[in-house]
Amino acid sequence: MTAPERTAPEPVVRFSRVTKSFGDIKAVNDISFDIRKGEFFSILGPSGCGKTTTLRLLAGFEEPDSDGGQVRLLGEVVNNKRPYERNISMVFQNYALFPHLTVEKNIAFGLERRKTPRQEIGPRVRKAMEMVRLDPAIFAKRQPAQLSGGQRQRVALARALVLQPPILLLDEPLGAIDLKLRKEMQIELKALNKQLGITFIYVTHDQEEALTMSDRIAVMSNARIAQLGSPAEIYENPRTAFVAKFIGESNFFSGIAKRNTGNGWDVESKTGTGFRIPANPGVREGSEVQIAVRPEWMDLVRPNEVPANENSANGKVREVFYLGEMMHIVVTLDEGTDVTVAMRNEGQLIKPLAWKSGDAAAVAWLPEDCQILESE
Amino acid sequence: MAGVRERSLAWLHRRPQAQAWSLLGPGTFWLVMFFAIPIIIMLVYSFMVRGIYGGVEPGFTIEHYKRFFDPLYLRILFRTFWISVVCTAICLLAGYPVAYVIARAGRWKNLLLFLVVLPFWTSFLVRTYAMIFMLRDSGLINAWLLKLGLIQNPITMLYTPGAVMAGLVYGFLPFMILPIYASLEKLDLSLLEAAEVLGAKPAARFWKVTLPLSMPGVVAGCLLVLIPCLGSFLTPDLLGGAKQVMIGNLVQNQFSSARNWPFGSAASFILMAAVLVAVLIYLRIKDRSPLEEK
Repeated sequence: MTAPERTAPEPVVRFSRVTKSFGDIKAVNDISFDIRKGEFFSILGPSGCGKTTTLRLLAGFEEPDSDGGQVRLLGEVVNNKRPYERNISMVFQNYALFPHLTVEKNIAFGLERRKTPRQEIGPRVRKAMEMVRLDPAIFAKRQPAQLSGGQRQRVALARALVLQPPILLLDEPLGAIDLKLRKEMQIELKALNKQLGITFIYVTHDQEEALTMSDRIAVMSNARIAQLGSPAEIYENPRTAFVAKFIGESNFFSGIAKRNTGNGWDVESKTGTGFRIPANPGVREGSEVQIAVRPEWMDLVRPNEVPANENSANGKVREVFYLGEMMHIVVTLDEGTDVTVAMRNEGQLIKPLAWKSGDAAAVAWLPEDCQILESE
Repeated sequence: MAGVRERSLAWLHRRPQAQAWSLLGPGTFWLVMFFAIPIIIMLVYSFMVRGIYGGVEPGFTIEHYKRFFDPLYLRILFRTFWISVVCTAICLLAGYPVAYVIARAGRWKNLLLFLVVLPFWTSFLVRTYAMIFMLRDSGLINAWLLKLGLIQNPITMLYTPGAVMAGLVYGFLPFMILPIYASLEKLDLSLLEAAEVLGAKPAARFWKVTLPLSMPGVVAGCLLVLIPCLGSFLTPDLLGGAKQVMIGNLVQNQFSSARNWPFGSAASFILMAAVLVAVLIYLRIKDRSPLEEK
């Protein structure tokens, strides 16, 4: 892992070579990253990748191994500090609302623990409820059991925000609510992040959610950070095959770099067909090259109509998927692998797609759309 | 044979009412036969005239109820309540931590639960006699203390209020531990984490989250200890001797040696009424507590 990049102001969170083991298993393995003030930072990965442990290290539920590096919050090393000694808030995956307390008592819980003057508590609870768009007149006296999933979610959020924390941790908070509400909450969370200036650290396994909301994303795999960057960097320039596969869909090609063309390389695949890639410092003559190409950056053409200067591979259309805003066409290449080409759906009733299963076709893409992957 | 079984099952299947009754039937029969009918008989007896050689003679009188309001008997009733409340409190204070540890004991859970119920494998009578062997002047505890030179003369432990209390607590402690364990075991640990992130130190987590959420277990445990404690007679009889009479002993006495069945019945009913009132008050308090949480 590279050293954390230098940023001008002190980052609100800094992980320096943090390792956390459970028995023989390293749940988090030597990871380093900074989170900037006010940022919407997502930690994204499949289950078991270490993202939840990373969040729990931040919250203080877990401590790093004794020789496991440093967790800093707001400039202070917090390795052994309990959660109640850290100035953070958290929204839990299952909301974790106190079932024996009313909505207002749930929200006031943190303020009461922090010895907030009585007369301040009421107004702050009301303000927090309005912030998450829960009408205090209706909901203040309700029990959590009387709320819908989305309403519970809002109470959990209000309970965390009422403390005006510099950092808010969110552990897959939208996992349990339905799609439409989830989209709404995504927009609201993002707006709250910008409006309140609170740093949001968001753990999710949903790549679309991470792309939609985040300023930056840390993609985790096998207890390490596979890639850290803006959504565009992660999507358009995935570093490894794992990242390319986990975020969005990708078609993969591999071969040996044969010839430097001056502004790129000619790569010959094992089956003999070749493709051209842009210049890359990691590529030498004879080195193994693996690339990923996003389905929407590929075109489907008749085998004899491949534009000059484009890479291409011949095959047969296997299946056409209707997805609504997109059409996905799966092509089985002559060399045996499947690739997916995505195209905008321009209205099948008006202008039906000309491709159907069994058609001979060629997939074509520009050399600069090749994402050159590092081996993992 | 199989045909009969299948046909009767099919018959039941078509009649949900009959199904419900066939499930309720055996239990209902037992309760009516051995609880409801005897209690009605006792109620009737409590208003009848005492027979000279025991039993009852026809007639109607409320003298037995009046008689109970003699200070002598009221003192016994009051002492019974006092002992039972203290016993319940001790069971709660001693049992809650045990239940808490068992609920968090991971793979040791089942073993520890087994140990809690292990005493039930032996008759209560035998276990109470075992306590006599421990507590009496020539008992094991005194023998050890003498041997260690900590005391010169045996301490009198048997036939004291302390012995009765020790016996009652020992007998009823599992009834406190088990329901509290059940409610603590269900406690969602993420609630404790949420409390911790919200700034609750360990003590606040206990008083504000763990305890309120385990209240159903605490209430159940307290009732399971308090009620049988009020009616206990074996323990005060064996460990308390003649001086530590509880109302259970009084009732037993009236039915056996005193041969005053109507008065024994009246005393039982007064105890029952008192228990009912106490439980109702208790449940009222408990129902209010979560809402008026400070």
